Amino acid sequence: MKKKRPRASWGDRILRSASGLTAVLVVGIMIWLGWEMFVSSRQSLHQFGWAFLGGRVWDPVHRIFGALPFIYGTLVTSIVALVIAGPIGLGVAIFLSEMAPATVRSVVGFLVELLAAIPSVVLGLWGIFVLAPFLGKVVEPWLGRRLGFIPLFHGAPVGVDLLNGGLILAIMILPTIASISREVMTAVPTVQREAALALGATKWEMIRIGVLAYAKSGIIGSVILGLGRALGETMAVTMVIGNMPNISPSLFSTAYSMAAVIANEFTEATYGLYLSALMEVGLILFAITLLLNIFARLLVWSVARGPKGGHLV
Amino acid sequence: MGNLSVRNLEAWYGAQKALLGITAEIPEKQVTAIIGPSGCGKSTFIRCLNRMHDTLPGAKVSGDILLDGKSIYDQHPVFLRKTVGMVFQKPNPFPSMSIYENVVAGLRLNGERRKAKLRAAAEKSLRMAALWDEVHDRLNYSGVSLSGGQQQRLCIARALAVEPSVLLMDEPASALDPIATQRIEELVTALKKTYTIVIVTHNMQQAARIADFTAFFLNGELVEFGPTSEIFTKPKDKRTEDYITGRFG
Ligand SMILES: Nc1ncnc2c1ncn2[C@@H]1O[C@H](COP(=O)(O)OP(=O)(O)O)[C@@H](O)[C@H]1O
Ligand SMILES: [Mg+2]
Repeated sequence: MKKKRPRASWGDRILRSASGLTAVLVVGIMIWLGWEMFVSSRQSLHQFGWAFLGGRVWDPVHRIFGALPFIYGTLVTSIVALVIAGPIGLGVAIFLSEMAPATVRSVVGFLVELLAAIPSVVLGLWGIFVLAPFLGKVVEPWLGRRLGFIPLFHGAPVGVDLLNGGLILAIMILPTIASISREVMTAVPTVQREAALALGATKWEMIRIGVLAYAKSGIIGSVILGLGRALGETMAVTMVIGNMPNISPSLFSTAYSMAAVIANEFTEATYGLYLSALMEVGLILFAITLLLNIFARLLVWSVARGPKGGHLV
Repeated sequence: MGNLSVRNLEAWYGAQKALLGITAEIPEKQVTAIIGPSGCGKSTFIRCLNRMHDTLPGAKVSGDILLDGKSIYDQHPVFLRKTVGMVFQKPNPFPSMSIYENVVAGLRLNGERRKAKLRAAAEKSLRMAALWDEVHDRLNYSGVSLSGGQQQRLCIARALAVEPSVLLMDEPASALDPIATQRIEELVTALKKTYTIVIVTHNMQQAARIADFTAFFLNGELVEFGPTSEIFTKPKDKRTEDYITGRFG
């Protein structure tokens, strides 16, 4: 006898195919985007090959294009942002989830999230008119005097430079890191904290073995999300970085980023190779972001696994 | 070592009073069971004994608790908790640590770094917790890869490793199956040679099986405290009798 399928399975089937379709769609759009960019950058790919990645000259007048200054600018500003916003964001998250009394917690939490609501163009303006003079006149001369022997802090202070770009990015990704890390820490079960306390842990030891160790994959995830945001940010960076395709070890040097050069020069790209070179810069940015995300997955996955046979969150 | 003397202990959660002046002598190297209906203050009471209650925001205590004649409020809670260990209702090993790391976590907090010492302490504690034979060949596996009952014995081993004199257990078997429960009970009986044990249980048969002394709590009050056999065979208070004969609770 043939069994009749219950009617509810129709709903299941529709749901399954609908969700399957959207999943395929998302992947499809990604592949299509990559392919389109690849096709559009063919001319540049053909002309320069791998040398494009290592090329230091960007000279539209003489039809010579190299992406290295932009890759360098994007990576350095993002790393500066991460080095500054990572520890501070984590500190804010620890303060909010483990130490602050309830009222302070909600006020400071709100302020941190407000930071995320500032439009990047406004941050950029602040970067030009407030941060740049302050960096150029106060911070950078001071750093130069104290730490000038390190190439990183060597050179004439301008204020519109890699350091400014990195700081603006740090402000932008701080809320991401702080609020996601805080969520993850708040979700750590109380019994984990009490397990540590009951062994005679101090407050800080409790945070370390009871909270941070438990939440580490989520914390890494928050940092990676912040990094993703920093890599792609265009407006604020282009306003404060100086927009010069330089590669200098000094943070006090003007520079340029991938997203910024695409946004600024797209309308000026008057001939095919120029446009194609810009497309290839976009393709590289796309690839870097993709690789970063794959790397992040692997990292989170290996951390989350913990010791053998275990499984974190 | 491990004699607890509780003097007129009162405890609050904010404005709500949860313990109404408890006075009791908990003898050393014996098992004392805390019984009573849900919400009567059993957990609050034993969480006062290692000052875990103090860690909650808004929580307050008054009265005094003497451990071997010295007030527990005269020492820093961090040191007190190395002498008064605790095992919780739900097994809570650290999931980011291996079995071995879980056991030695407390010793590492004390600053012990010598490998040989840690190894020896881990083996000793796991043997005392009757877990060694089951895990000795996979000490580097995650603590959460074990079964519930094994995890609870791992938590007991973790508490024993810092060599406390008192071990507090808050319904340690309530989340476990009958066989795992039996193993915990056997363990408690074996451990009392070395430790003063205070165990909360809502299971009266369990109290009758393992405890030398039993305290009956009701609505934040200690109604009756005495040798287990007396509490269960000839209770002095009517409310105790009602509770153990199952007339309420
Ligand atoms: N964290 C807390 N905040 C406020 N009240 C609490 C808290 N924990 C327990 N209580 C209250 O204190 C009383 C005693 O609780 P508890 O000691 O947990 O009881 P038991 O362990 O005997 O079930 C109950 O009325 C309970 O509602
Ligand atoms: Mg309880």
